Amino acid sequence: MGLDIRWPIGLMFTLIGVLLAITGLVQGPDARSLNINIDLIWGVVLLVFGVLMLLGALRGNKTPPSA
Amino acid sequence: MQPIHLAWVDYTILLAYVAFVLGIGFALTRYMKTSSDFLITGRSIPTWVTGLAFISANLGALELVGMAASGAKYGIATAHFYWVGAIPAMIFLAVFMMPFYYGSKARSVPEYLQMRFDKRVMGLNAAAFAVMTLFASGISMNALAKLLNQLLGWNYHFALFVCSGVVLVYVLKGGLTSAIYTEVLQFFMIVLGFAPVVYLGLKDVGGWGGMTQQLHGVAQNPMAIDLNTKSFAPDAWTSAWKPLLGGSANNPMGVDIFAIVFGLGFVLSFGYWCTNFLVVQRAMAAKNMTAARNTPIVAAIPKMLFPALVIVPGMIAVALTSMPDKNYRIPPPIIAPEAYTQAVAAVKNANPSDSAAAIKAVSDALGKKVNADKIAALIAANAANKLSDSQIKEGLYNGVAEYDYDSVIFSLVKKYCPAGLLGLALTALLASFMSGMAGNVTAFNTVWTYNLYQAFFVPNKSDAHYFWMGKFITVVGIGASILCAYFARQYNNAMDIIQLVFGFVNAPIFATMLLGMFWARGTGTGAFFGLIGGIGSSALFHALTIAQGNLPGVKGGYLSVVHVFPSEMAQNFWLASFAFTTCFVLTIAISLATRRTKPNEELKGLVYSLTPKIKDENAPVWQRPAVAGIVLLIGCVILNLIFW
Repeated sequence: MGLDIRWPIGLMFTLIGVLLAITGLVQGPDARSLNINIDLIWGVVLLVFGVLMLLGALRGNKTPPSA
Repeated sequence: MQPIHLAWVDYTILLAYVAFVLGIGFALTRYMKTSSDFLITGRSIPTWVTGLAFISANLGALELVGMAASGAKYGIATAHFYWVGAIPAMIFLAVFMMPFYYGSKARSVPEYLQMRFDKRVMGLNAAAFAVMTLFASGISMNALAKLLNQLLGWNYHFALFVCSGVVLVYVLKGGLTSAIYTEVLQFFMIVLGFAPVVYLGLKDVGGWGGMTQQLHGVAQNPMAIDLNTKSFAPDAWTSAWKPLLGGSANNPMGVDIFAIVFGLGFVLSFGYWCTNFLVVQRAMAAKNMTAARNTPIVAAIPKMLFPALVIVPGMIAVALTSMPDKNYRIPPPIIAPEAYTQAVAAVKNANPSDSAAAIKAVSDALGKKVNADKIAALIAANAANKLSDSQIKEGLYNGVAEYDYDSVIFSLVKKYCPAGLLGLALTALLASFMSGMAGNVTAFNTVWTYNLYQAFFVPNKSDAHYFWMGKFITVVGIGASILCAYFARQYNNAMDIIQLVFGFVNAPIFATMLLGMFWARGTGTGAFFGLIGGIGSSALFHALTIAQGNLPGVKGGYLSVVHVFPSEMAQNFWLASFAFTTCFVLTIAISLATRRTKPNEELKGLVYSLTPKIKDENAPVWQRPAVAGIVLLIGCVILNLIFW
């Protein structure tokens, strides 16, 4: 199929990652779980994952895999 | 549990997900030109995508909920559903069966049965499968709508219709490709949404070591937290095999080694993974034979590791429940507010000198079993020092001696997730419910259009006609799923019976498939009557046996009780083994007594001995299914040894 699934996956997790990280930065320490700012940490993890997917999609566009 | 309050960030994540799946549907519309684009994707999808969709179609939301529940009830032994009950069968499918499914150009599993045997076998399998997928989809949507109602306070009908509507739009737009793509999205949502919950939970109970230590204590005295009615060896919740070796009386599952290895590991597992069109369809959508064979292999890698994500939460919940300072219990079944009010009154009116009567009054008011010590303590505390209604209510909540195990996963999400993460975890859950419905509907529309409508009712029409029918039946399928959801909501017992009947239908099918693929002498008549005999024998087996503690009726034994199994799980495993054996023997006997209708030439590509072997030598070593399969099996054995 013509649509590379890595685009939507990458875009979505980049977006959610940024949202989570911002939430983690903004909210007070009392909103945290076990004194870990899990929103911030996990937001960054999702962001990295999303960007990696986008990079994969970009590379895939330049050299389409032989199907 | 009180309804969970969602913050704006949670809703944003939820809406973003919905927007993306709808977007995928719309982006794919322009590629939908023929019925095969829509129903079977035109076979053009890369391996990693079909592989993740394959596992995602299996990891439904109900599995997520159910495995956490089993993790709490039975501990790490639940992982047998993965390491014994999935990995070997997935590898067998990849190495031995995919060449026939994919190479025969069959568009579905029932269609393979028609090519190999005849139309009767196909019709039986297709009709049973079609009805089953609709009910499966309805059951899961009912669970979703109920959940959103309880957790978030959403209206049941609203939740049901909105979620079904989203699924309808993206399946109608992008067909099976849409379903497969969103399944991949869902895979990442589930993994990335639940991993932090497991991490936080484990950290809270003191890491793996801390949890193991707690569970050792629980296993020796599960009565203390009303988890079981008898005590076990310390490792009953933390070892996968040792408790089973002690026999069915010495593990909380109540099963023995034979039931696990033959019943679960062979009959049920191979029956599901190797013949269920819902999962096999994903592999059939792959772009070429190697990709098709590698699909289950790719899927087996996450499957092997999933216990960490789905079973460990149940174990964490038990450990937390046994630690008084954590202020957590596995939630009790839902109790109406009026019942609580009555029970609060019963506590207030209790006569502390006659605590037995008072405890009974409380238990009657709640309509649940209660922990006598906790309720007695509550009554004493109230007598000494008047407690407020909400304090009493909290005491009652903690004193209920029954668990709603299915809510384990949500209670942990609620306990550990701050706003943001909460939205991610709930979206993951919603995603898996919706993609479960999409998976069922896309399997249903293919089987209906090609194997029932085209094969039996309206053959020889143009492709445009079947393309139209595929879309039309998708709408009908979603509508029927919604009806099934309401049916499931209304008639819980009828639903149990329906699921039971499906169990009967599914138990013997692997025998038919196995003989079809590996025994050229098997005939259509043999397969058809063997299958019917297998289904009948499982119904009979069920009518004559029962599990300990159950009353004759829906749970079995309604004709007469010939044998009592130590647990329902053991009954299921033995039933499957019995049905498989009956179907296997009957098919061979009838085949030998009947004439073959298909000559060897017609069975080429359908039967192992008549098909040229696939040469993998040209592929890189790591891409050969057999090599990858062996590596995975070794990994699986190592996991079993680690958690022995």
